[in-house]
Amino acid sequence: MSISPNLVLDARAVNAWFGTMHAVRDVSLEVPVQNVVALIGPSGCGKSTFIRCLNRLHEEVPTARVGGHVFLEGEDIYDTDVDPVVVRRKIGMVFQKANPFPAMSIYENVASGQRLAGITKRALLDETVEKCLRQAVLWDEVKDKLKSPGTSLSGGQQQRLCIARALAVNPPVLLMDEPTSALDPISTAKIEELVMNLKKDVTIVIVTHNMQQAARISDRTAFFLLGERVEYGVTTQIFTNPHDSRTEQYITGRFG
Amino acid sequence: MKRTHLQTLSLRDRRRKLVNIFMQVLLFLAAVLAIFPLLNVFLYVFKQGAPSLNASFFTHLPAAVGEAGGGMANALLGSLTLIFLASAVGVPIGIATGVYLSEYNYGKLPRFLRFTTDLMTSVPSIIVGMFVYAVVVIPMHGFSAYAGGIALAIIMAPFVARTTEEMLKLVPDHIREAGLALGISRWKVIVRIVLKGSLGGVLTGVMLAVARVSGETAPLLFTAFNNKYWARGLNQPTASLPVQIYTYAISPYEDWHHQAWAGALMLVVLVFVLNVFVRLIFVRKGTSV
Amino acid sequence: MPQILTCEPLLTQSQLDRHEQRRFKSMMPVSAHHPIQSSTLNTIIGDGASHPELPSTRSIRNKRRDRHRSDRIFFWTLRGVSWLMIGVLVAMVAELAHVSWPAFHKFGFRFFTSRAWDPVNEIFGGLPFIYGTIVSSLLALLFSAPISIGVALFLTEIAPAGVSKVVGFLAEMLAAIPSVVYGLWGIFVLAPFLREKIQPGLGHHLGFLPLFQGPPYGVGMLAAGVILAIMITPTITTICREVFRAVPLGQREAALALGATRWESIRMGVLSSSRSGILGGIILGLGRALGETMAVTMVIGNRPDISASLFAPAQTMASAIANEYAEASSSEHVAALTALGLALFLVSLVINAIARFLVWRINPLRKRRGRP
Repeated sequence: MSISPNLVLDARAVNAWFGTMHAVRDVSLEVPVQNVVALIGPSGCGKSTFIRCLNRLHEEVPTARVGGHVFLEGEDIYDTDVDPVVVRRKIGMVFQKANPFPAMSIYENVASGQRLAGITKRALLDETVEKCLRQAVLWDEVKDKLKSPGTSLSGGQQQRLCIARALAVNPPVLLMDEPTSALDPISTAKIEELVMNLKKDVTIVIVTHNMQQAARISDRTAFFLLGERVEYGVTTQIFTNPHDSRTEQYITGRFG
Repeated sequence: MKRTHLQTLSLRDRRRKLVNIFMQVLLFLAAVLAIFPLLNVFLYVFKQGAPSLNASFFTHLPAAVGEAGGGMANALLGSLTLIFLASAVGVPIGIATGVYLSEYNYGKLPRFLRFTTDLMTSVPSIIVGMFVYAVVVIPMHGFSAYAGGIALAIIMAPFVARTTEEMLKLVPDHIREAGLALGISRWKVIVRIVLKGSLGGVLTGVMLAVARVSGETAPLLFTAFNNKYWARGLNQPTASLPVQIYTYAISPYEDWHHQAWAGALMLVVLVFVLNVFVRLIFVRKGTSV
Repeated sequence: MPQILTCEPLLTQSQLDRHEQRRFKSMMPVSAHHPIQSSTLNTIIGDGASHPELPSTRSIRNKRRDRHRSDRIFFWTLRGVSWLMIGVLVAMVAELAHVSWPAFHKFGFRFFTSRAWDPVNEIFGGLPFIYGTIVSSLLALLFSAPISIGVALFLTEIAPAGVSKVVGFLAEMLAAIPSVVYGLWGIFVLAPFLREKIQPGLGHHLGFLPLFQGPPYGVGMLAAGVILAIMITPTITTICREVFRAVPLGQREAALALGATRWESIRMGVLSSSRSGILGGIILGLGRALGETMAVTMVIGNRPDISASLFAPAQTMASAIANEYAEASSSEHVAALTALGLALFLVSLVINAIARFLVWRINPLRKRRGRP
């Protein structure tokens, strides 16, 4: 496993609990900048829980606990003086089920993050909204109906809207929790394409159920099983020459 | 130690943090403010009512105006009578309507009926009293327990219908289908299987309706009216606990005020016990007011 | 389960058969029109749930006819009883309209705009009561709405599960206390409190406003507003709780993931999409406040006056009826009071209908379960 000198996200010995259930066990992950890192593994093995530890969303669940350190550009987000609100502004997240705010227009949805940060100047917001919608490959489809409600779009469009919304606050890292599992193949392809184009601006960590997706779009892949990180390496190596037998069994479909 | 990027909070962020804490405290205070009157009412009802809950309260008739002593025995019996009458009329009608709405739910009619039933639950109870006065009291040439019972029944029935329908709808469809597939006639399926299965829930709804109706005063003001003595028949004016409490409360006599508190204590205890009982024996999905 | 038909059939067998065939044909799917064995026709299962008149089996004539008839009797009995409810509602409106007609006939629209209420001289103008009803209800909404929304948010968003259950139960118990008990508490606890602690303070500091002028009686518009507020809080809270619970968790998470504080995630994720539901709850509370009688009667002072001051005694439509109806002397007096009642009834119906429509619209799940 080669360590790139420029890590944007460096998780070290992260543990997470739901009450007494130990969901994430001693997981470390180094995420180099401008990479797409995929997390694969059977369902219920802690991938989503782990990724929520990366932006301190896990602790919002009652009875949840987190241990370990996660360094964002060198600073530990779990430091006692750090406010989770600040962390989450710097680490964006897109969820499995697209969740645009129904009471807001498309424009307002994308601008919502900036409004929270206090930016109200119309020109600035316009600029950001357009830039992010373009990055999310949604601009051409919605530029004439920016005022319509966020929920008036199709499922795939809504998910791209959520991506644009997450990008609007300009985070260095974007976490994606199975973003295409509820979408049709065409929307999935669009999102995969935009992820590959996005990585030069934003580092992406993506949880996916779909091994082929991981193989298609990621630079590095980590295989999770029962809360542990079994193997982590360059994607091509993981899929063609896995070191661990469990990885190989999963990849070849022995279990899933 | 030098503060890192993550540790520095901008002025705006600090303000947002303060607003966050402030609003959450405000929400907590709202809860306190909402619960406080309830606790206060409980407190006073117990404090003022308990001393006057003696044996004579339960067994004596009201004393003459201005005299000390006496009780609310006739009002207690009257309330029981009225509740019994109201249930005898209102509960079957309510359950029947609830069954109809739940089991024969197709077409425009049930939707309209459901809407109307819902509206009926929010009719001001004094209006019901006026109506029953016109159609029962006047033809009967006098106030009576019958009139009071009918007024309360009109209030009970829509409530019972709504809760019955809700309970019956919880029974999954495949149970009905299984019964029909066995060749059982439809009405038997409904009565012997569906209704029987949700009997607990339906009775819960009835108990809640009784709790609600036992405290109603306005509809009784011109139907059962009031009676200083025992009612000699169901066609006579009948005393009831809520009306008695009202009469005593607005009177100038302190002894009557004490008794009013005692009566209120009885009502509160009854209502509280019924509500807690209902929640303990049957955990309902969804709440109702 | 199988019953022997013991009574004489009302129709001849052939008449019944023809009748059956006609009805049967129109209800069965096309494939069953074929004259096949009865066993195939036994599989009415699914349709049995949607067509009440459908015979469940053709195998034994008597059995089928019996079921058929008893099912129909059952159905029509239920239907008739249910219609009784609509009938009573219609009868109420009709009866009230009938009795109150003389008042409308004599005073016309002026009934609602005139202030003079003089039973002795038989001059009736309902404005003071209308004013009293509206102001006391609006006052109640003003006090109760923010608190109810706050409590609902507290229960759904902030409180841990155990606290939420207990506090929620207590909030619902508020609704169970009878009106007359609130009235009693109002006379002997609330009114003195207002008279001694609150009203002097308000009059002293804010007395330049006409709202807070006049002698502090304790009873009056303010007391009525406060007591109504307490009584409608559980209504609004319950509706708001259901509305907030219906908002999917993803909304809050989306806001949090953008870097929102807890409060901001509530504001953006929950409140902004619950507007019409909250409005429905508030209107429902208004409907409840309009019809409240006993507690209001006991603390509002019962003087048919219109005053700008909240300290002044007043009267509502419901309390006027409660006070005067039993002793109403003349038929004009009765007609006038009934006219008030009819107006109150109709307004309350309209308000409740609007409220339920608003709440149904945003939460179709509840509509399916037949709840308001």
